[in-house]
Parts: sequence; C-alpha cells; structure tokens
Amino acid sequence: MTVPLAYYLVLSAVLFSIGVAAFLIRRNIITVFLAIELMLNAVNLAFVTFAHQWRIVNGQIFVFFVMVVAAAEAAVGLAIIITIFRARNTLNIDQVDLMKL
Amino acid sequence: MYLALFIFFAVLCVAGALNLLLQRHPINSALSLIVVMTSLAVLYLLLGAQFLAAVQVIVYSGAIMVLFTFVIMLLNAGREEHTRGSRAAFLVGFPGAAVLLALLVQIFLSARGHLAQARLGEYVTATHTLSSVLFRDLLLPFEVTSVLILIAILGAVALARKEP
Amino acid sequence: MNLLTFFLLSLLKIVVVLVIFLTAVAYTVLLERKLVGRIQNRWGPSRVGPFGLLQPLADGAKLFLKEDLIPANAHRPLFVLAPLIALACSLISIAVVPFGAPITWHGVDMFQISGVHIGLLVILGVTSVGVYGIALSGWSSNNKYSLLGALRGSAQIISYELALGLSLIGVVLRAGSFDLRTIVESQAAHGLRSWNFFGGYQFVAFFIYLMAAYAETNRSPFDLPEAESELTAGYHTEYSSMKFAMFFMAEYANMIIVACVATLLFFGGWTSPFGSLLPPIGGAVGAALLPVMWFVLKVFCFLCLYIWVRGTLPRFRYDQLMRFGWKFLMPLAIANIVVTSLCLALVA
Repeated sequence: MTVPLAYYLVLSAVLFSIGVAAFLIRRNIITVFLAIELMLNAVNLAFVTFAHQWRIVNGQIFVFFVMVVAAAEAAVGLAIIITIFRARNTLNIDQVDLMKL
Repeated sequence: MYLALFIFFAVLCVAGALNLLLQRHPINSALSLIVVMTSLAVLYLLLGAQFLAAVQVIVYSGAIMVLFTFVIMLLNAGREEHTRGSRAAFLVGFPGAAVLLALLVQIFLSARGHLAQARLGEYVTATHTLSSVLFRDLLLPFEVTSVLILIAILGAVALARKEP
Repeated sequence: MNLLTFFLLSLLKIVVVLVIFLTAVAYTVLLERKLVGRIQNRWGPSRVGPFGLLQPLADGAKLFLKEDLIPANAHRPLFVLAPLIALACSLISIAVVPFGAPITWHGVDMFQISGVHIGLLVILGVTSVGVYGIALSGWSSNNKYSLLGALRGSAQIISYELALGLSLIGVVLRAGSFDLRTIVESQAAHGLRSWNFFGGYQFVAFFIYLMAAYAETNRSPFDLPEAESELTAGYHTEYSSMKFAMFFMAEYANMIIVACVATLLFFGGWTSPFGSLLPPIGGAVGAALLPVMWFVLKVFCFLCLYIWVRGTLPRFRYDQLMRFGWKFLMPLAIANIVVTSLCLALVA
C-alpha cells in the first residue's frame, strides 16, 4: 500500500491555510502566536516530504533550523507578550495599537 | 496499513488545527496545537525521518508548547471577546485563506505526476547521515544558529526582567 | 512471519509487561513505606497480611471506592484529562525498555515490547510530554495551591530536562547509537569493568543524571511541586479517588522508568557484573532468565537508593533548586560532553 507524496503536500497546504486563517481571525495575542507556530509546522512537513522525494537529508536539516528559530522566537515572543500584559493588562491585539503608553 | 495510518494521523492533524482556529480559549488552542505537532511527528516517522520525529516531540511538544501553556497559566488568560477588529478580520481572513488553500492544492495536485509514492520503511534516514551533513557541510549555519539562540536568551532575559 | 501470530504475541507481551509493571508500581509504594518506616525507627505497614504484604491491595480498594469529587469551578474536561496524560506518559516508556538478552521466539523479541532504533529519544520525548499532566491539573483545578504547584513543577521539569538530556550524550557518544540494546551491548564485554559507570568514566554523567532524574520525577529532595508544608499537596490538591491514584501511580511508574534507564545506560542493563568469570548455568532457560534477574536486581537497588535519599535529605528551597539546575548541573553536563568527546577523538 502506498501514499502519493502529493497528499502530504496537500496536508501541509491545508495546515498552512488554517494557520493563516487563525492568524487573521483570532484576537488573542497568544493564539495568534500559536497560529504562527502552526504555519511553521506545516512548512516543516513540506520540507520532510521533499527530503523523501529527492532522497536528500538537507530537507530534514532545514527543519532543524526552523525548529531552532521557532524556539528562539517563542522565547523572545513570549517575553514580549508578558511585557505587553504587564504594561496594558490585556492580551487583545485590538487594544495594543498605540506606539507608546 | 500505510494508507490507514496516513489517513488517521492526517485527519487528527486537520482536526487539531481546526480546533485551534475555532476555540475561543487560548489553553484549548494550545492543547490542540500539541495534538497537531505530535501527529506530525508520526507523519515524519512514516516519511522515514526517525530522528526528526523524536526531536519534533522533544522540542516542539515538550519544550516550546510547555512554554506557551506556562505563559497562559501565568497570565491567567481568559476567553477572548468580540471586538471591532474581529469582524473585519473575519470578512478578510476566511476568503483569503480559502483562496490560498485552493491555489496551493491546485499546484500540488497538478504536479502529482512528478512526485513519487511513499512506501512504509522504504527510505529511513540514519542519524549519522544527518549528523555528517549537519556538522560537515553545514557547519557554518549551525554555528550561526548558536549565536542566534544566545541573542534570543539575552533578549528574553532583558525583556522579562522587572523594571528596576 | 505470520502477521496474525505477530499481533497476538505482541498483544500478549504488552499485557504481561503491563501487569508486571503495575504490580511493581504497587509494591514500590509498599517498599517505600516499609523502608522509610525503618529509617525513622518504626515498623511501617504491618497489619494487612503477613509483613503488610497485602497493603497495596487494601490501598487500591480504598481509593477505588472513594467518592470522586470534581470542584465546582474546575475546568472539567482538562481536570479529567490531566491524570490520564500523567499516567499514560509514564506507562508508555516501558514499551522500549529491553529487560533481558535479545532472545526471539517465533520471530518476536521476548524481552522488549518494541525494539526501535531511537529508543532513548522515545523515552526522553514521552517523559517530556508528561509535564502536561502536572501543568493542566494545576491550572484546571482552579485552586491557588494547585496552580502554584503546577507552575513550580513545570518550571522545574523544563529546567532539569536540559541537564538530563545533556548528561546522556556522553553515553550515546560512546555507544554511537540511540538503540538501547546497542548501548547495553557496548558495555557487555568484561562485566563490571566495561560498564559506562566504571570503565566508561561516565560517573560524572551518572550523578548529573541521578539528580536531574530526582527533579524530573518530583521526588525528594526536589519535591517542591507537592511540598506539603507550603502547598498542601501541590498540583493534586483537588484530586480524589481514582484520579488521585493515577497521579500516585504515575509518580512511582516514573521512578521505575528512571531506574530502568539508569541501569541500561550506566550499569550494563541485563549483563552480569562478573562478565565471563561466571560459567553459564541452567542451559537455555538460565540464559534467558538470568539476565532478567540481573536487570531486576539493579533496578531494585536504584529504587532503594531513591527511598534512602528521600528518608535522609531535607527539601531544597525553590531558588536553590533553580540555581543548582542552571548554574551547576548544566555547565557540568556540558563539560562532561566536551571531555568525553575529546577523549573519544584522541583514542580514535
């Protein structure tokens, strides 16, 4: 039994689009951040699929770099979220629209 | 067998992602993202990327998402409320994402003939092939990411510190 | 190989291992109560059955028959899910642990449920997901003590996971594999002298692992998430009946898993400490069962060490715990990796 690699790519496209939709629609800053992580994961799936298609491990190594960037981004991003929450006492991105307090 | 495994975990992925989109409470969204990430790890296993699957669980589900739940717990984030912005985003967001999805799916399905078929256990990456490429050919990018992480640590510490 | 026999034998294996594992968990509780009792100069449980041997059954029956309370303002689905996550994550790890020599019967490995090539990473991954049990239980109970315990617990587990993972890299470097069987076989040559702890000079790594593992399993002296004197019972304050029993079982199952991993990585797994000095006895049956006996003996010694430490050391303060993890264990683990890889490069 086999599965065409195109299905994996379609799955990654579906996940990416859901991530885009969640990024645009959700108002909670943490959920928006989660949507970014979802999009990164969808792209990772596409990388692994292409690594399997061409039998080259470079695609998988790219995923490592994406993970490293995602980890760094999560650490900094969550620190920013905590700072915003301390300053404005809200997590809603509509209420965080001033450059200074 | 392979097809059944693929369908099961693909459906789990999509269901988790949709749940992330539809839930109003951030902790539910975070938990559904964990489900997505863990089932993606299984899909990586099906594609023969063993080490990557383990790292996906350890790094994403076990470290990054713990950080997210930790912050949600720390800030005691509640359900999000409807605002002015959410209506406009609703009107633009859903059609935009749908157009993007249609475009991508169209491209991938039209290239279907050029793509191979995946079989169970046909191509498994050994950990040492990964490491020899990572530490020999791609050593410079690897070292640069370590600098990136250092900067991220410094930034996070500087941001999260209380004002003196 | 016939697919049906494979499935049936695997299912049988899973059931047998799970039954033995859960019994071991129940009797580890009894062992702890007995030993701590002796350390504190009292008898420990001695009324139910001879020497109190039926005490785990009585405890189980009591917990099973208690009323199952859910607080009014708790987040119900997560409150129910959290103990399940905790218990499941501590039970899954046993699937990749090999507890005997590689002997196959009808093409099925008899002493390991699943022989994956990345066994060590599977254990690390599963235990890292186990944090959610603690985090979600504290958050969903809607109780300040639970929340504080959960925050402490997740911060502690994330911090010590780094030191734990880094301490194992020296062993992986020596064996050149993540496969637990390969790691054990790399220490099998000369009995005691080729174990990673003695012959591999990984004793620093072992002590880092030991301390990080105490913190990972929330055991004394790092049992801050459930510190009775400050947080009543920490993250499982609001739990009762079977849900509480699940947390309890998860903690002891984690203890056993940690002891198994320490045995496999540092103390030669199922191999005999005497190497080839001891002549093989008992024919085929002896060759199959003697390794299992060695494995169980080593794990038992580890559990006793665990309980001894609990009976001896007082609890750390929270800032001491964090400082110890980040400023002492982490640099030490990194230094161990550097020294080990340097030595390996020089030898090779």
